[in-house]
Amino acid sequence: MRVEQISIFLENKSGRLAMVTKILSDAGVNIRALALADTSDFGVLRLIVDNNDKAREALKSSGFTVGKTNVVAVEVPDRPGGLNNILEILHRANVNVEYMYAFVRQSGDNAVMIFRFDNTDEAIRLLETNGITVINGSKLYAM
Amino acid sequence: MRWAFPSRISNSVSAFSVRTLVEKNMREEIERKLNLTAVDIYGLSEVLGPGVSIECHEAKKGLHIAEDHFIPEIINPNTGEVLPYGSTGELVFTSITKEAFPVIRYRTRDITSINPEPCICGRTLVRMNKVSGRSDDMLIIRGVNVFPSQIESVLMEMEGVEPHYQLVVDREDNLDILTVMVEVGEKVFSDKVKPLQDLEKSISKNIKETIGVSAKVKLVEPKSIARSEGKAVRVIDRRKI
Repeated sequence: MRVEQISIFLENKSGRLAMVTKILSDAGVNIRALALADTSDFGVLRLIVDNNDKAREALKSSGFTVGKTNVVAVEVPDRPGGLNNILEILHRANVNVEYMYAFVRQSGDNAVMIFRFDNTDEAIRLLETNGITVINGSKLYAM
Repeated sequence: MRWAFPSRISNSVSAFSVRTLVEKNMREEIERKLNLTAVDIYGLSEVLGPGVSIECHEAKKGLHIAEDHFIPEIINPNTGEVLPYGSTGELVFTSITKEAFPVIRYRTRDITSINPEPCICGRTLVRMNKVSGRSDDMLIIRGVNVFPSQIESVLMEMEGVEPHYQLVVDREDNLDILTVMVEVGEKVFSDKVKPLQDLEKSISKNIKETIGVSAKVKLVEPKSIARSEGKAVRVIDRRKI
C-alpha cells in the first residue's frame, strides 16, 4: 500500500527547478504531485510521477542526486473535518507526519493527500483499521 | 587577526599587525579610529615569531629585515634557484644568531620580493615587500593556517560524505569568511530537510574542532564545483589584499 516518491536535491538558484521539469518532459515523464521544501541555500523537491524508474534514470544521468522514499496516499473526505479525522487517529497512536502535500485529481468526492510518516507500516495499519482508504501505487500513478 | 601590544615610539603610538595581511583601508581605519600609526610586522613561529621584519614609520614602504640576525634570500619555488634582488619568489631565511633552534635556508612558502635600495629612514637593512601569496595552498583564515587537505580529511572521516568540496574565502567587514561547499551524494541525501541541515552543522562543527576555524558549510549539487581541466578547483579566494 505504499507509494514510491522520488526526491531531488536542488541548490537554491534560478533555473534549477526548470531544469528538472525539462529533463522529465524530455523523458516523457508525467508529474502527478509535487512538493518543494526549501531553506535559504537548498531545496528538496519531492515528486510522484507516472514512471519512477524512467524519471530517476533521466535525472541521475543529468547529474542530480535522487533519492526514493515510501510515502502513503490517503483518500481524504472532501468536507470539513476530513483531514482532521485522519490526523487525530494518527496522533492518538503517536505516529508523526514528517510532511504532506496534495495530489491533484480531475474530479471526485475525495481529495488525495500524500503523507510521509515516521512509521509508515503502523500508519497504513491504523488508517485501514479505521476504514480510511489508502491508495496503492499502481492505482495512484494511473489516476 | 593577531595584534601585538601597542608600544610608544617617538611620541606616536604604534600598532603592529602580525603576518596576517591587513588591507590598506583597514589599516587606515585603525589609524584614524585609534589615533595611532600602524605598521606591518612580519615573522613566523618557526623562525622567531613577530619581529623578523618591520616597516619603518618614515617610509612605510616595505618591511626592513633584521639582517643582523637573518640572511634572506628569494628563490624560485619550483627549482630552488636563488633569484636576484627585485625578483618575486619564495622567501628563505637562514638564522645567524639563533642558538637553540637555528634554521638554514628555511623555506617560508611566502611569496614576496626584496628591495635593497636605501630607505629615506636611513636604515640600510633590505626591505621585503608585502607577502603576495603562498607557494603552497595554505590559506590564512582569521590568523589560522588552513590547508585544503585538512578540510578534505575532515570530510573523509564522516560517514557517507564524499570529499568533493570547494573552499570560498571572502572578506566581510574586515573579517575573513570561510565557506565550505560540499557536494551532496546519494548516501547523505534525504527527502527531509532537517537531516541535511544537521549534516551542514556537523561538518561545520568537525571543521571547527579539528582545524580551529569557523566555517559556513553549504551543500551543493553533485558536479557543481568548478573543474578546470578535469581537476576540481579547490580554493576560490575573493579577498582583495
